[in-house]
Amino acid sequence: MTGVGVSMAQSVDSVALLPAYLAAGTAVLALLVDLLLARPAATVATAATGAVATAVGAAVVGAGAERRTFCVGPDCSYVFGGRAALVAALVALLALGVLALSGPLLRAGRTPVGEFCFLLACSMTGGVVLGAAGDLITLIVALETLTLPLYILVGLRRGSLASAEAALTFFVVSVVATTLTLLGAALLYAVTGGLHLDRLGVALADRSELLDLPLTGVAVTVLVAGLAFKVAAVPFHAWAPATYDGAPLPVAAYLSTASKLGGVVALLAVVQLALPQGVTGPVLALVAALTMTVGNLVALRQRRTVRLLAWSSVAQAGYILAPLGALALADADARTGAYAAALAYAVFFVLLELAAFAGVVALRPAGADGGRLDELRGAARRHPWIGAALAFALVGLAGLPPALAGLFAKVAVVRSLLDGGAGWLALVVAVNAVIGLAYYLRFAALLYAPTGDAVTPLARPARAVAGALAVATVLAVIVGFAPQLVLDLAGS
Amino acid sequence: MSFGQFLLVAVLAVPALGALAVAATPRDRAARVIGTVAAALTLVAALALVADRAGAWTAYGPTPPAVRPWHSLDLPWVPGLDLRFHLGVDGISWPLVVLTALLTLLCCGYSLWRVPAGGSGRALVALLLVVEVGILGTFLALDLVLFFLFFEVVLLPMYAIIVGWGGEGSDAAAVDARRRAGRKFALYTLFGSVLLLVGVYVVVAAAGTADIVALTGGAGLSRGTQLAAFVLLALAFAVKSPLWPLHSWLPDAHTQAPTVGSVLLAGVLLKMGTYGLIRVAVGVAPAGARWAAPVLGVLAVAAILVGSLVCLAQTELKRLIAYSSVGHMGFVLLGIATLTATGIQAALIGNVAHGIITGLLFFLAGAIKDRTRTGALGELSGLRDVAPRLSGLLAFAAIASLALPGLAGFWGEAFAVVAAIESGGPFWTTLAVLAAFGGALTAAYLLRLLRRVTHGRPSPAVAALRPGLPGDPAVVGQPSESAGHPAVVGQRSGLAGAELAAWAPLVLLALAVGLAPALVLGVAEAPVNALMEVLR
Repeated sequence: MTGVGVSMAQSVDSVALLPAYLAAGTAVLALLVDLLLARPAATVATAATGAVATAVGAAVVGAGAERRTFCVGPDCSYVFGGRAALVAALVALLALGVLALSGPLLRAGRTPVGEFCFLLACSMTGGVVLGAAGDLITLIVALETLTLPLYILVGLRRGSLASAEAALTFFVVSVVATTLTLLGAALLYAVTGGLHLDRLGVALADRSELLDLPLTGVAVTVLVAGLAFKVAAVPFHAWAPATYDGAPLPVAAYLSTASKLGGVVALLAVVQLALPQGVTGPVLALVAALTMTVGNLVALRQRRTVRLLAWSSVAQAGYILAPLGALALADADARTGAYAAALAYAVFFVLLELAAFAGVVALRPAGADGGRLDELRGAARRHPWIGAALAFALVGLAGLPPALAGLFAKVAVVRSLLDGGAGWLALVVAVNAVIGLAYYLRFAALLYAPTGDAVTPLARPARAVAGALAVATVLAVIVGFAPQLVLDLAGS
Repeated sequence: MSFGQFLLVAVLAVPALGALAVAATPRDRAARVIGTVAAALTLVAALALVADRAGAWTAYGPTPPAVRPWHSLDLPWVPGLDLRFHLGVDGISWPLVVLTALLTLLCCGYSLWRVPAGGSGRALVALLLVVEVGILGTFLALDLVLFFLFFEVVLLPMYAIIVGWGGEGSDAAAVDARRRAGRKFALYTLFGSVLLLVGVYVVVAAAGTADIVALTGGAGLSRGTQLAAFVLLALAFAVKSPLWPLHSWLPDAHTQAPTVGSVLLAGVLLKMGTYGLIRVAVGVAPAGARWAAPVLGVLAVAAILVGSLVCLAQTELKRLIAYSSVGHMGFVLLGIATLTATGIQAALIGNVAHGIITGLLFFLAGAIKDRTRTGALGELSGLRDVAPRLSGLLAFAAIASLALPGLAGFWGEAFAVVAAIESGGPFWTTLAVLAAFGGALTAAYLLRLLRRVTHGRPSPAVAALRPGLPGDPAVVGQPSESAGHPAVVGQRSGLAGAELAAWAPLVLLALAVGLAPALVLGVAEAPVNALMEVLR
């Protein structure tokens, strides 16, 4: 541990920052390798190695005691504990998975490899720092570092109008969201005089007269709304389907896993540490209920693969936020349980979502977009293993056996809601699970539907894509039988 | 690990591993044989559970719990979700466990001989075994969360069986119809099980444990919690059972499902609902049960009457049998609603009897439809002349189903009515009278069914059957593809050996349970009395 509070001069705990160094180093190295060697394979290998190193580094540092650095008095801007390690490792692994999914896209030659790897690694850096952020400015900067490269990645497909449109939509919405978040942070600073999450929490809890100020209410609302944009929660969700559908498939996968995880972690951080639960609880309950209901109902009508996944991922954001809806009524134990349940659901979700996207990538021609659902009709009969893995992921997203990971995710959410006394929200989750099954089942059944015409043999999917799908599926099976692993990590 | 615990694990592990082995075996025929062997081993293990059961009774102190399993196995699984791998078997669950194992074995054996069109036989057998794991797990679970887990396991494999192998023909309309039926089944059932999930955690959050043994009797849950829990749990089980008016998934699913699917659906899947009602809903929330009993009773009688009346108007063979399930399960639910020892025992034996008889009826209906290519009552008549043995069996099953004394169906229905009368008061007496009237209607529609199908002059579809040697596989095993045409010349009217092998156990059991109800009631008496003690 570094000397805390000795003077205003900051000492830097480089060990705590190691994962961030590794991630940032990966970005720089990928750029250099691309410049110097100009061999796509080398660039991709560098980025992949860097992502693995980042994940390992995060796990090693996280295995030790909590480390704090950039401290002013008792308040620290960078707190690398168990959760930060989990988020960092997860983001690094998701980046690795997305890199694997990008194989066909990069080989198709319409996407510059060096830039792609550099931007992905930059985004990963933001995600690695995000979980450790201890003040609002670090949090927002990390979140922006996570998001900013994605504007370009979404639009990176040369000569694609849809891609450019998607990038523009995403850019405009995201800038507005960032502005809102910053405004919220500034207003909170004006009210409390602090920006560190812990100090904000103490100030708002101790001085209850602050809560009566209209300015506080505005600040909290604006901050939460800004972050809700990032998780694509209703009513700030409209950008997601258009952006996902226009983006290259691997980037859409990254948006709906790593980027969404980033939003969730940021929201968790401010809700858990900084903001008064009595205010945020009911708001988040309402947002969660709306998000899952709207997401599921609209997903029912989708005919395009990625749009269906996009709307379903909107709905899934609702399940992730649901445990936080119980905060207002819950006692301290139940609150801890709610945070852990939200994070655990997010972990289960990103795993299954990555597998689902990997399955779609594997079943589509190299470099193609998601296409219409009909184009995947009978795909599982041509590719039994890949089709089965995709169906498994979809069933998991619906929350049913045999994909126990998804089932336990839903169970964790319902349990935390009932522990927190929010039975009505548990019923909303339950009803939504039924609506969700309708379209997940339609999608999965379509994969096995008989094809009327002659079977057109598809090209074998790229080895990297199949590998990513296999790893994600195996991991989902493992955490399905041993969900306590995820629950322990999320609760630490 | 004692022998009993080994058996408990084996009952679940054998079909699970069997399913994996079937899926991993590339050759279709060999895979089906492996699946059937696995199902047979499961039945042996299930039967063996009854042995060596005295030991459990001495192991408890002065205040024995209301659930005293013969064997139990309790391992931690997911402490973060209050989930333990807690299995146990007692006199309430054992008959259903054996029934499940038996019916699955018969279905797997039947699939050796005949695979419905639509998919590969080995996939069907693998799915049947997975369904068996789910059902057996539900009956054996002594942990609420584990119970929910197994309850959910059944859903998707059954959906796949209905959609993959169900219906007739492969034209767009037929595909659409069975897909709709499958989806309806999946969504309804999931609706039930998510309510179960919420109900389970209402209990767990209040009690701090999910152990059914500890929870049975209310375990100090407040009245409000018990009412909320019972409403949620009863709704969940009412969808599964199904209780009128939540039954509308059932006729479609049964009609579209292939024969083996219908047999398992009607034979044991519905029992998960009634078993859950007795073991979980009534056991864990007795105050809620007492509060809701009149409503449950009224709905049960409504189910009996509505089911019977709808049956009188049915024109399709499988649909009629499906709707008859609604009426029969109404009797079971009426027995439970009385909350008396007689009523619960009637429900248990009614459960088993319905599983045996309706399983047999669906097998027979499937055989008739396979031969004549039609299930419309208007196109079937005179089966007695052309296929005397088949129609004789159908008559036997129908008479057993209408609760003739001496056959299995009698005890459950008669004693449900007796239990309602014993409950006393004008309310329960009225329900008993209405239920008895419903029983008469049951006789009416089953006799109507017999008159239409077996008597009269042979219809063209029936007359086209050639009397022939039983089970000529070259003909019976490969039905002609010209579905929908009367070109079924060549279908034998006799019975194949595989058919006889699949039906004989059910015929014998229908007789045995009818003549010696103690087969079921003997083992169930003690646990039911224990349950009654905590209900008071």
